[in-house]
Amino acid sequence: MLYFLIFISAIFVNNIVLSQFLGICPFLGVSKKIDTALGMGAAVTFVLTIATIVTYLLQKYLLEPFSIEFLQTIVFILVIAALVQMIEIVLKKISPALYQALGVFLPLITTNCCVLGVAILVANGTAKLPVIDGNPAQVDLLTGTIFAFATAIGFALALVLFAGIREQLAMTKLPKAMQGTPIALLTAGLLAMAFMGFSGVV
Amino acid sequence: MGKALNTFTNGLLRENPTIVLVLGMCPTLATTTSAINGMSMGLATTFVLLCSNVVISALRNLIPDKVHIPAYIVVIASFVTILQLVMQAYLPGLYASLGLFIPLIVVNCIVLGRAEAFAAKNGVGLSALDGLGMGFGFTISLTILGIVREFLGTGKIFDLAIMPEECGMLVFVLAPGAFIALALLMALVNSLKK
Repeated sequence: MLYFLIFISAIFVNNIVLSQFLGICPFLGVSKKIDTALGMGAAVTFVLTIATIVTYLLQKYLLEPFSIEFLQTIVFILVIAALVQMIEIVLKKISPALYQALGVFLPLITTNCCVLGVAILVANGTAKLPVIDGNPAQVDLLTGTIFAFATAIGFALALVLFAGIREQLAMTKLPKAMQGTPIALLTAGLLAMAFMGFSGVV
Repeated sequence: MGKALNTFTNGLLRENPTIVLVLGMCPTLATTTSAINGMSMGLATTFVLLCSNVVISALRNLIPDKVHIPAYIVVIASFVTILQLVMQAYLPGLYASLGLFIPLIVVNCIVLGRAEAFAAKNGVGLSALDGLGMGFGFTISLTILGIVREFLGTGKIFDLAIMPEECGMLVFVLAPGAFIALALLMALVNSLKK
């Protein structure tokens, strides 16, 4: 039940893009077509889940035992950058088809703040997990990983929904000042308002 | 002198990072719930931008081309860590309210973008000015957005009550208001530019 609630909470109630404001750059940048949005969503899901597991283990078994938590930011960003490179190389070797689909998006993910953001949230135990019987669930490796995966699915969902709207939007006539980014942001605002309807569900 | 002034004002208006270049959207939307939060976030980013620009420009001939991106990230991450420690010690309240977005300055596209586009090619003095100009440009847009959202949302500006709180539209403090306020601000700048 807890795992199911983590999914609902991370995808709808606390959607990473529309209520936490993480990963706005790819959200605005690669949302012009549904195909690319799906590719980006899949690549982020892949990297975010692996990065969260690796950084959580590093935090618990390297940074905390040696009490060097203040190095967290430096260590995490380097690990994520290296991890993205490694995933790219491994993927190229074992699954060229998947690499073809995700390849172009992988380098962009290093500077996607939702990867570092979720890694820090899970490692510090400040991730928003659902409350069961009055007690908030504890962040451990399993719940953290599920939280990261669900968050990434939420990111992909927001991206695909937004891309669908923008494909239609491209054909409408707009005042000149609203063209481009302003109308995209306005659309995102309405989408965020729709997602606010989920608040209180979990 | 003309060139120095030009470099400084470039970030303020012509290439304003938020409104014109549309970079660093995450902190722009997330931390502008009030004017003071927006301004603090802007100043924190300015500090990192200035220091990383100076160091990267001083080391630009020593960093091998193949590893320049990881090297820049380490420099930026070090300054962010310094900022985190200083803020935790002297401004714990502010650090708590900006929260996650302080460590996330590392992945702010403006900082890495200026390192790559300006500091890697120019001298220390000019790079410092560029960092300051870009930082202040970012701070100004965040403060304006913060003022607009705080005023419309709660009827206050910098915590000073301007109109009764009941007149505020709470949605502007919440997530959708951030997107809508920034969209309208950008549209306003676009229409003024002509």
